[in-house]
Amino acid sequence: MERTKNIGLFAIVAGLIVMTGMIQSWNSALLIVNMGLISAIMALGVNLQWGFAGLFNVGVMGFVALGGLATVLVSSDPVGEAWSAGGLGLIAALVLGVLAIIATGFAIKTLPAGRIRFFGATAVLIVGFFIYRAVFDPAVAAIEAINPALQGNIGGLGLPILMAWPIGGVLAAAAAWIIGKTALGLRSDYLAIATLGIAEIVIAIMKNEDWLARGVKNVIGLDRPVAREVDLQQSAEFVDKATQWGFDPVTASSLYVKFSYSLLFTAVLVILLVMAQLSLNSPWGRMMRAIRDNEVAAEAMGKNVTHRHLQIFILGSAICGIAGAMMTTLDGQLTPGTYQPLRYTFLIWVMVIVGGSGNNFGAVLGGFLIWFLWVQVEPLGQWLMNIVTSGMAEDSALRLHLLDSVAHMRLFTMGLILLLVLRFSPRGLIPEK
Amino acid sequence: MEFLNGFVALSNFVLVPAIAYGSQLALGALGVTLIYGILRFSNFAHGDTMAFGAMVTVLVTWWMQSIGISFGPLPTALLALPFGIAGAVLMVLMTDKLVYKFYREKKSKPVILVIVSMGVMFMMNGIVRVIIGPNEQQFRDGERFLIKAREFKNMTGLDEGLAIKSTQAITVVTAAIAVALLFWFLNKTRTGKSMRAYSDNEDLALLSGISPERVVAVTWIIVAALATIAGVLYGLDKSFKPFTYFQLLLPIFASAIVGGLGSPLGAIAGGFVVAFSEVMITYAWKKVLGYWLPETLEPSGLVQLLSTDYKFAVSFMILIVVLLFRPTGLFKGKAY
Repeated sequence: MERTKNIGLFAIVAGLIVMTGMIQSWNSALLIVNMGLISAIMALGVNLQWGFAGLFNVGVMGFVALGGLATVLVSSDPVGEAWSAGGLGLIAALVLGVLAIIATGFAIKTLPAGRIRFFGATAVLIVGFFIYRAVFDPAVAAIEAINPALQGNIGGLGLPILMAWPIGGVLAAAAAWIIGKTALGLRSDYLAIATLGIAEIVIAIMKNEDWLARGVKNVIGLDRPVAREVDLQQSAEFVDKATQWGFDPVTASSLYVKFSYSLLFTAVLVILLVMAQLSLNSPWGRMMRAIRDNEVAAEAMGKNVTHRHLQIFILGSAICGIAGAMMTTLDGQLTPGTYQPLRYTFLIWVMVIVGGSGNNFGAVLGGFLIWFLWVQVEPLGQWLMNIVTSGMAEDSALRLHLLDSVAHMRLFTMGLILLLVLRFSPRGLIPEK
Repeated sequence: MEFLNGFVALSNFVLVPAIAYGSQLALGALGVTLIYGILRFSNFAHGDTMAFGAMVTVLVTWWMQSIGISFGPLPTALLALPFGIAGAVLMVLMTDKLVYKFYREKKSKPVILVIVSMGVMFMMNGIVRVIIGPNEQQFRDGERFLIKAREFKNMTGLDEGLAIKSTQAITVVTAAIAVALLFWFLNKTRTGKSMRAYSDNEDLALLSGISPERVVAVTWIIVAALATIAGVLYGLDKSFKPFTYFQLLLPIFASAIVGGLGSPLGAIAGGFVVAFSEVMITYAWKKVLGYWLPETLEPSGLVQLLSTDYKFAVSFMILIVVLLFRPTGLFKGKAY
């Protein structure tokens, strides 16, 4: 019974996407599938944190963006001139920065408590910071001066872009470690606020540190793991195949590329899903849920709650990082200006809650369903608003305003869905077993 | 003379803006801290409550301006403020009845309430954007400056000018009045005392016959008023744009936590700590140090610790330091 219901739910979502393909175009259907796959992976990561361990992470956007940063740092070609101009200074500055932090930590540990410790540590930190800036600033200026219209950054490692996916996960995990170390073990809300902060800061760094990935000047034309449409259209073999199947070559090439992405993403999703399922049903997963349900009892049984929380927080964030790297790969460009918390953090949360927190399949279902709604609510709203306002005069100010505001109905609808599900079906579409 | 010039430059670029910004943050943080003390969750919708109240005020201001009502040299928005507060009060009371009450009666975990508040934030954000649009809106009128830089120079004969915008003065005065009223209410009136009792120990308060629903309703009314005032003052001083209120969430939470969640006095202190650090760390000290240091030591660079793009990073760093070393905050709030 349970199984039939779940299969039915997945079938409904699949049906919705197929209908999009038939009514609108297969191109947009595949777009929804691709982003749905990525959303499902993000939802898996958040579900690991919230569903397994009850951790509230409001910084998904930051981890996703770090994954995006990884694609540039891994796949784009290194800018040799920039490295010779400022590379040494940059590395020296970063080493000095780390040394300054270590020195501050040392000062805190060794100085006697009280005023002396506070002012001593602050002084060490400020002096260290100025030394770091003295080395860092000229290096950055030298790097950003190299061909600023196209480069002006250090470039990447020139490795295949698929390597960026795991590395994106590692970057996100490192950021999660810093946050987890400070905020876990305190009130649950503190983690929420700290993650909210790190997300904003990651975006601020990506927007402003031009030497890293060109900031708001964006990096375009990233490497691709699949063929390019132009190459396909020029290959005689492909054009023949396409006409044989009754497609015109341009549409066929675009569909082919999107479908290749879908296959790649599906492979990642399946691997992560199997791993998440295995861990859920392992002793480790049972321990996690035991901690979630009763921290005091788990602690009395000798479990180190904070340590376990840190572990799962890092794992979940790493998955978000992987998904972020995949998304940037799909877009083919890194545009730090487009990361918005409502879209990249809260939407993922809606997916997890609606799908069913604590159930991996629920998270995947939520990822697809909510992404589908997110894409389709706008044209639907447009259509509805057109009907509502059809009685008004063609140029009435109210009508124009209402038509304009349709775009913002998305936020409202998503909030409403979240509240309704939390209230009337808090366990989601596919509840935890 | 050198010292005075330096001090005036410091006041102009650091002290005055930081005091105004600190007052706005303090008002915002008071709202967060009160909700935390009474309803026991971190209200993520607070930034958007500020935006909603400010939006109603902006709309009423426009209407007043269109029919020719003005407040002389003061901004018309101050006349519209009570309407904004009323609108925000209606809004939060309705949300409480429709949304939060259910979870309160079920005694859900605080983290569930936080998620619920996130949903509320989504919806309020949507409503504000549908009604007034996502763009920057102008609603300031009246006198622009209390003291102009040039007048100040003529008056004192110093090289440096001190400009005080009227909105900055209004911010500080209004915030002071609001805080004085709040503390009078919390410390002297029966309802205020019952609120504090409820915050300290819920069970004991219930035993002594305090009505929880009444305490909660009063809290929401006060919070809506504080949020609207903070939102309008911020909008007058900087500009009204729905998205900036969401971004204020981080410095506001940082202020509340620095001061100690649940402690009103702490929220005010925290607001000023965050505002001063933010302004001082992102200010280029070259000018002031040029006056104060002997010529041989005069700095060649800008002496700016961080570029202004990173002002949110400052609140975050303060937050991290407090969480690491003193999770209860300066005024011993609730950390666990």
